[in-house]
Amino acid sequence: MRYRRWNQPSLGARLAAYAVLAFMHLPVLVIVLYAFTTADRTYEFPPPGLTLHWFAAAFARADIWAAMRLSLSVAAVATFLAIILGSLTALGMARGRFRGKESITVLLVLPIALPGIITGIALLSAIKSARLDPGFWTIVAGHATFCIVIVYNNVVARLRRLPRSWIEASMDLGADGWQTFRHIVLPQTATALLAGGMLAFALSFDEIIVTLFTAGHDRTLPIWFFNELFRPRERPITNVVAVVVMIVTFVPILLAYRLTRRGAE
Amino acid sequence: MRELSTFLYRRPTMYLLLLLVPPLLWFGTVYLGSLFTLLAQSIYAIDEFTAKVVYSPTLATYKQVVTQPANIDIILRTLSMSVAVTIACGLIALPIANYMVRYASPRARALFYVGVMLPMWMSYLVKVYAWRLILAKQGILSWLLDTMGLGAALEAVLRIPAIGGPSLSASYIGMFIVFVYMWLPFMILPLAAALEKVPESLLQASADLGARPVQTFRRVTLPLALPGLAAGSVFTFSLTLGDYIIPSVVGAPGYFIGMMVYQQQGTAGNIPLAAAFSVVPIVLIMIYLAIARRAGAFDAL
Amino acid sequence: MTCAIEFRDVSRVYGEVRAVDRVSLTVEPGEFFAMLGPSGSGKTTCLRLVAGFETPDSGSVLLNGRDVTDDPPYARDVNTVFQDYALFPHMSVLENVAYGPRVRGQRKQDWQRRAQEMLELVQLGHFGERRPSQLSGGQRQRVSLARALINQPQVLLLDEPLGALDLKLREEMQLELKNLQRRLGITFVFVTHDQGEALSMADRVAVFNRGRIEQLDTPRTLYTRPATAFVASFVGSANVVTGELAQRLSGRSDPFAVRAENIRLRTLTATADAGSMSCIGDVADVQYHGAMSRWQVRLDSGEVFAAALADAHANGDFKVGARVRLEWSRADAVPLAATERP
Repeated sequence: MRYRRWNQPSLGARLAAYAVLAFMHLPVLVIVLYAFTTADRTYEFPPPGLTLHWFAAAFARADIWAAMRLSLSVAAVATFLAIILGSLTALGMARGRFRGKESITVLLVLPIALPGIITGIALLSAIKSARLDPGFWTIVAGHATFCIVIVYNNVVARLRRLPRSWIEASMDLGADGWQTFRHIVLPQTATALLAGGMLAFALSFDEIIVTLFTAGHDRTLPIWFFNELFRPRERPITNVVAVVVMIVTFVPILLAYRLTRRGAE
Repeated sequence: MRELSTFLYRRPTMYLLLLLVPPLLWFGTVYLGSLFTLLAQSIYAIDEFTAKVVYSPTLATYKQVVTQPANIDIILRTLSMSVAVTIACGLIALPIANYMVRYASPRARALFYVGVMLPMWMSYLVKVYAWRLILAKQGILSWLLDTMGLGAALEAVLRIPAIGGPSLSASYIGMFIVFVYMWLPFMILPLAAALEKVPESLLQASADLGARPVQTFRRVTLPLALPGLAAGSVFTFSLTLGDYIIPSVVGAPGYFIGMMVYQQQGTAGNIPLAAAFSVVPIVLIMIYLAIARRAGAFDAL
Repeated sequence: MTCAIEFRDVSRVYGEVRAVDRVSLTVEPGEFFAMLGPSGSGKTTCLRLVAGFETPDSGSVLLNGRDVTDDPPYARDVNTVFQDYALFPHMSVLENVAYGPRVRGQRKQDWQRRAQEMLELVQLGHFGERRPSQLSGGQRQRVSLARALINQPQVLLLDEPLGALDLKLREEMQLELKNLQRRLGITFVFVTHDQGEALSMADRVAVFNRGRIEQLDTPRTLYTRPATAFVASFVGSANVVTGELAQRLSGRSDPFAVRAENIRLRTLTATADAGSMSCIGDVADVQYHGAMSRWQVRLDSGEVFAAALADAHANGDFKVGARVRLEWSRADAVPLAATERP
């Protein structure tokens, strides 16, 4: 048997690991490739030719822009609400023990722990029971709920790492609660807040599972996309939209990740 | 401003209330309120003749869900897919997580971590769509199998009743592949974290006592990594159980729980049935959480 | 004269634990006051009660005769040097030192000037633009001192400030702090678990144990006349004699303490001095400590005594296993409080 050091991986193990890694990135490359294909009715591979035509066609479509605008505004409003309500929650929950704190923690985990479909159908039944019309604000309500949780998780983790002695030192030196917040707490948590906000924005923009229940007749970009999957009209345009969605959601998440990494050092 | 500050300083309860009441108010009404409405709806039933909801409490809807053979079919189908996906994710994640933690150089390890997290952050819908492209009749996978001369084999596999379907992008096996792809990062990351906690010294001791690498893995690494596996499995299980997008986009004709919920509230307008159906995953997930907790999943999260 | 700090029957309770148990004390203006005790004894909690980071559950805290029990920290004329220095990493050293005047609304040129002066006072005049992370432990400590003193507080609180420094630096800082206090004339309150530090720096020391003050005295009195068994063994090393042995040696059953350096070692044949107590035992261990050596002697009745002698007095009669007589004068047997607190 070929000798190798006992704690070195076999060639097979190394190949397997890298193969899985490649497998995980394959689909993204596929999407980008197909955005340039000349075939307009099939998904044939290899693509018959490459073109930028579909990008222009997509940019000319009014319905795509409308859906994009809706998605962006929903994400903006939901993120705004999330930043305010999420920060308030984090400030209240960061320290101190009080009755009901554990219940609140469980409550704040539910939107992420329960499958999206539960949240979706729950919101829908509430909307129907209250005899509301599904629309912009119902979409925002659904998104804001998990956006709050995302911002909360980011900010509370940062707040808990803030040494209590800094806050005490600030007050000891003469700064009241508000000044301490402005000079010490806020600068230290700004990156976490920003990261949470960007994460929330990206996830709201991409949200489909709950939105399908709460949107009624409105179409966010993911909903537009979902509908197009079943009506293969101009497939490459769908591919272009896919690339756009990918970039709009990926960039904020990447930035948020870099921010949290820097904050943790 | 200072007076307000001092005022609140002396009354910590009021300060706490000031901070927590607005968000909790939102959460309470929007989220908890919706959940209660859902549960409430599930104990009503729909009148078969008028197609309207009858607002008197009854367990008839629940009975419908758990006794009608078609519904039981749906539940079992979803459950078996969730279990299959969980097992597959576990099996695939083990070698890559183990490699990442034990053997990769620090730079390679960083590359792996980012490489695993990156797809997790990509848009969910785009990923599903990408697989639709890959699995399509003339797509990459078919082309690959054809050039390798396995085209006929693919046809044969698709004809197998339980896992096949009209085409790869409309079959159970296609669905299975997509599910595994989607949730793989959720299994790899907790597993890697748990493996990192296994001290190198234990593995060295095992080798010192005469065990070969495979034996060390089976007897030392694996049992200690179990909490990580359990934690990851919670994600794969519950995410598959409740998903309705993937079965619709890459699915065979058979229904899944999620699709049932979506469909019942939509065209049929039968919210009580949809509600009752959605309680099933909640119950199943809670049972699974109880099992996973025993295996130490909560320590690994 | 009004005291700088006064505690009136102050208690602070955490659930079942009485961190501070009905403590009353006074600190004179201009005093260098030390709070000494093991961890969990309540000394740090008392410091935090003075600063205002904790509020007592009962009793009142007075500063300069004024009741400040409900006052937040920023309303008290007290400043603290923290154990971890608590320097703000996102500000420069100069901005850290100037924090107090800044939040009180001083103009930029004023606080810049004053902060620079304070930095020169602690010999860090050229470090203004650096970040705290670029400084050594000793330098950070001086910055936190400057940051506290710039506000000209009536009382300066120091929470185990020398714990993180190595021995040489610690001894330097002890001298510096003492000089600083003398020069400024303000009240210093110092928390430490190191009895040597407390004895060498403080005018008066409060010895804490389990939430109560066991003794509050000058260092010399604490050392020569400990009031309880705890103080006797915590401050310096003492042999605490109780029960039957006490009865045998002193004629009374009340406990007393004898300092190790007050015990003389004698051969069995040497005559006992008048007015002294003595007992006989075997040498169990001898430890060499440079200037002094310590003997552990086990009596026949089982108790172990520690005797410390200058090395010059040691001779071959007192090797391990030798049978010796321990002797000390009656005056050196310090009576201790009769009852142990439960």
